[in-house]
Amino acid sequence: MAIKTIGKHCKGCGVCVTFCPKQVLGLDALGKITIVDESKCITCKQCEMRCPDYAIFVEKK
Amino acid sequence: MEKLIEKYYRPRLPHIWCPGCGNGIVTSSIIKAIDKLGLDQDKTVIVSGIGCSSRASGYLNFDTVHSLHGRALPVATGIKLADPELNVIVITGDGDGTAIGGNHFIHTARRNINLTVILFNNNIYGMTGGQYSPLTPTDSKATTAPYGTLERAFDIAELAKAAGATYVARGTAFHANMLVDVIAKGISHDGFSLIEAVTQCPIYFGRQNKKGDASTMLKTQRDHAVTVEAAKKLSPEQLEGKFKIGVLHQSEAPEYTKQYQGIIDRAQKGAK
Ligand SMILES: Cc1ncc(C[n+]2csc(CCOP(=O)(O)OP(=O)(O)O)c2C)c(N)n1
Ligand code: SF4
Ligand code: SF4
Repeated sequence: MAIKTIGKHCKGCGVCVTFCPKQVLGLDALGKITIVDESKCITCKQCEMRCPDYAIFVEKK
Repeated sequence: MEKLIEKYYRPRLPHIWCPGCGNGIVTSSIIKAIDKLGLDQDKTVIVSGIGCSSRASGYLNFDTVHSLHGRALPVATGIKLADPELNVIVITGDGDGTAIGGNHFIHTARRNINLTVILFNNNIYGMTGGQYSPLTPTDSKATTAPYGTLERAFDIAELAKAAGATYVARGTAFHANMLVDVIAKGISHDGFSLIEAVTQCPIYFGRQNKKGDASTMLKTQRDHAVTVEAAKKLSPEQLEGKFKIGVLHQSEAPEYTKQYQGIIDRAQKGAK
């Protein structure tokens, strides 16, 4: 499994952080998407589906 | 989604929409529906009016027309009549489609021409700074209604049905997968299709009406939407304050470009 984030697209709305069921994601000091604990990810793709800015993609491996 | 972006978006991201705006989610649902149906990219045209929502056409890699405020439907009608083989998809907002474009809306529905209209309903004019629209709920704050709106809102789905639309559905940015499904059904339907996509404008509608941030507004969509199937089992009291999502209406009626071809055929016979 791999989570890919695109900082250039992220506007820090926090939607992915709210809807991730496993607290995998957070926002960094600049308010951009950051991965807190990738090992907890269940590849549900909630974040990818809800990101309004196409800034996070999750690949099932 | 990454592959879909490569295939269907122009290389000009990030888009201009505000942090947390639902427009990006609704736009990706349209793209997923197009991809699911396997539409030919060269035979699919996207037409929009003016507004934040209508800006979507500029990001999509199809033949697109970003037309005039309220005028997406006449432009789309012209394109569809010129080449009925094209899939013509219209992107509009609640202001664009039901205020300045309201008259075009009812008459295009009445003709039952095979267009698919996705109306991004964020209950406000976002682009111009938060004026109320015909879809702003009564008693909402807007820059043009600092003490709250007095007018009742249209139910755009009911209006479309009454005007003659033969496919009417509603989805939300929260129920993104279901939105893909109702858009795909609308594109497949042979007649005028209206899909109301309930979406959040956290910046203008949200802030003025204390609706919380984007996540909170998405949760509000989740908590107030009831599927058509579930609604059948609920009493009017239980449905108070809720709205239905799913396919709300589907019927059959002669489609306009086919009727028009009939006129062409008759006229050509007469000329011989
Ligand atoms: C003829 C004309 N009148 C007014 C405007 C100004 N204007 C631009 S967008 C807009 C409202 C858009 O509202 P809506 O369709 O709800 O889109 P949103 O920005 O909320 O997505 C208005 C009034 C214009 N561009 N052209
Ligand atoms: S795929 Fe699911 S579990 Fe993994 S980061 Fe995204 S929302 Fe969280
Ligand atoms: S003003 Fe509202 S509708 Fe327009 S981009 Fe910002 S959040 Fe979206």
